[in-house]
Amino acid sequence: MTQTDHSGPLAAGTGAPGRAHITLRTLRTDRWWVQPAITAGVLFSFVIYATWRAFENAYYYATPYLSPFYSPCVAENCAPGSDDLGRLVGDWYPLSPALLILVFPLGFRMTCYYYRKAYYRSFWLSPPACAVAEPHRTYTGETRAPLILQNSHRWFFYAGLVFNVILTWDALLGFRNSDGDWGHMGLGTVVLLTNATLLWLYSLSCHSCRNTFGGRLKHFSKHPIRYRTWTFVSRLNTRHPLFAWLSLFGVALTDFYIRLLATGTISDPTFF
Amino acid sequence: MGYTAKFRVWRGTDEDGALNDYDVDVNEGEVVLDVIHRLQATQAPDLAVRWNCKAGKCGSCSAEINGRPRLLCMTRMNTFDQSETVTVTPLRAFPVIRDLVTNVSFNYQKAREVPSFTPPPDLKAGDYRMQQIDVERSQEFRKCIECFLCQDTCHVIRDHEENKPVFAGPRFFIRIAELDMHPLDTLERKHSAQEDYGLGYCNITKCCTEVCPEGIHITDNAIIPMKERVVDAKYDPAFGLFRVLRARSKSTKTMNEQADRAWSLLCSVEAGDVDYASVRSDVEDAMRQAKGVASTGTVLASLEALDHFEAGRLDEAAAEAQASLSWHRSAQERSDAWVTLARVYDAQERPTATVEAIENARRHWPDNPRLRHFGGDERRP
Repeated sequence: MTQTDHSGPLAAGTGAPGRAHITLRTLRTDRWWVQPAITAGVLFSFVIYATWRAFENAYYYATPYLSPFYSPCVAENCAPGSDDLGRLVGDWYPLSPALLILVFPLGFRMTCYYYRKAYYRSFWLSPPACAVAEPHRTYTGETRAPLILQNSHRWFFYAGLVFNVILTWDALLGFRNSDGDWGHMGLGTVVLLTNATLLWLYSLSCHSCRNTFGGRLKHFSKHPIRYRTWTFVSRLNTRHPLFAWLSLFGVALTDFYIRLLATGTISDPTFF
Repeated sequence: MGYTAKFRVWRGTDEDGALNDYDVDVNEGEVVLDVIHRLQATQAPDLAVRWNCKAGKCGSCSAEINGRPRLLCMTRMNTFDQSETVTVTPLRAFPVIRDLVTNVSFNYQKAREVPSFTPPPDLKAGDYRMQQIDVERSQEFRKCIECFLCQDTCHVIRDHEENKPVFAGPRFFIRIAELDMHPLDTLERKHSAQEDYGLGYCNITKCCTEVCPEGIHITDNAIIPMKERVVDAKYDPAFGLFRVLRARSKSTKTMNEQADRAWSLLCSVEAGDVDYASVRSDVEDAMRQAKGVASTGTVLASLEALDHFEAGRLDEAAAEAQASLSWHRSAQERSDAWVTLARVYDAQERPTATVEAIENARRHWPDNPRLRHFGGDERRP
């Protein structure tokens, strides 16, 4: 049997000493670049839209609907009627209220296991696709700063649950009319409810949620309720990528709908 | 319906090699391994290929087909267009031996580094009945046929040979997860998964899951749960707080149990039921365990005072009893401290101080059973 000598200096990549001498980066014949390209395009578009909307600091409240990019609105300069939790930040803060809170949902998605796969492949090309050589000379993964901070996903998961409660409350507030009377409903209410539902599905299907409810257990048989909960979350977890995309689109479309209302481009169809 | 397929097969050794073109007959229903065998039989008798079961269960015929890690025996020819050139190469993450055969010793080395299943040392056969739901997770990982396709496709070592010493790879992450999820395994594997086997190198791009011929959800069911368990152990603020509180609660329970044990023994000595010498080692053992988890040096002052007194160290007993009076707010503990002081003063033949101490003890807890040493109808402990 041939023994490979590893005593010499090692080259990075599949060209390392002893491996089959193939100079091509990949021998894949399918269009492996399509998926990372689409992912990069969609995520980049969302980042551009979200950044623009966060800095726009206008058209985020159309009574009684509040954009999820600005909820909860806690700055002194919030639009009248949009500050249900109170103006917790003093008038020293001059910037957009969205900038105060977006770090939490942004952090939740940035550290999400699914999105990590998506942007490591599509933006960082590490790797761009399976069995396609990455362009980096060295790789340390998530073993050191800054990527070791991906372990903070649990923190953002907890914060995300708080935001889900707030956004659900915002959706319930949508059952008022523009005069603040309860018992009314418009298309905006449906939009906000759908957005909140998708965010709950995304959060509850999260890998951290799965671990929290039962994944960390060794003895499922000793914790039957947690086992059942874990089983339910595991079923949701298989669709986590789907919920990740749907909730991302949901947030953007909800904000866009409210912007259209706030600018007067369209009016909200009222059901009752 | 048979046809002639275009094959491009890598031939060579660890020193040199190249892709060679062949035209090979293909029959309906065949897999790539059949065609490779026909190639051996008709055109390249010295072509090296490792294979065994031809049923996707031995994991021997791992190779790369059109650049994707696959089993030769499980890749059907009808998945390719008849005009397509099928490229077959050895695994590109491992040293090649010859042609399509690679040296996968790296994986066996890593396998040896993972500590085996470690049940509790005192567990006897038949003591534990395993429930199905407790082993379901591990059973998925036991389907692994060790084809090492996941290891081959993992870019951490495929693209970075220098990471091999510090990274075990997905196959061994499912092994570690299997053991860590086992109800009877006692080894701590979370820290070692990160610190010794390079779990942090994985950036969960799921290529291992994509290529697994057994359909094991390596990333979702093994690697991410292990990463989450590492977070439980090292990074989760809520779980960390819970762990601290639970440890503190457990420590308090231990301290109380051991302090009660020592106190009970000393009370037996005080009551004249046993000699101090006969229980001295037990008292010392209990007090050592209690003090080992005590939050401060004063919470056991009453106990220490009585121990000093029974051991004949009167000055130390008085000092500890005074400390107990300073720190403890419970009426019963203050009463006990006064009883110990009374006994010290009595031994020192200070009758006025003794009477005063007894009165204080009675004032805090009139029914203190230890007061029987000084008359009255108090019950024994």
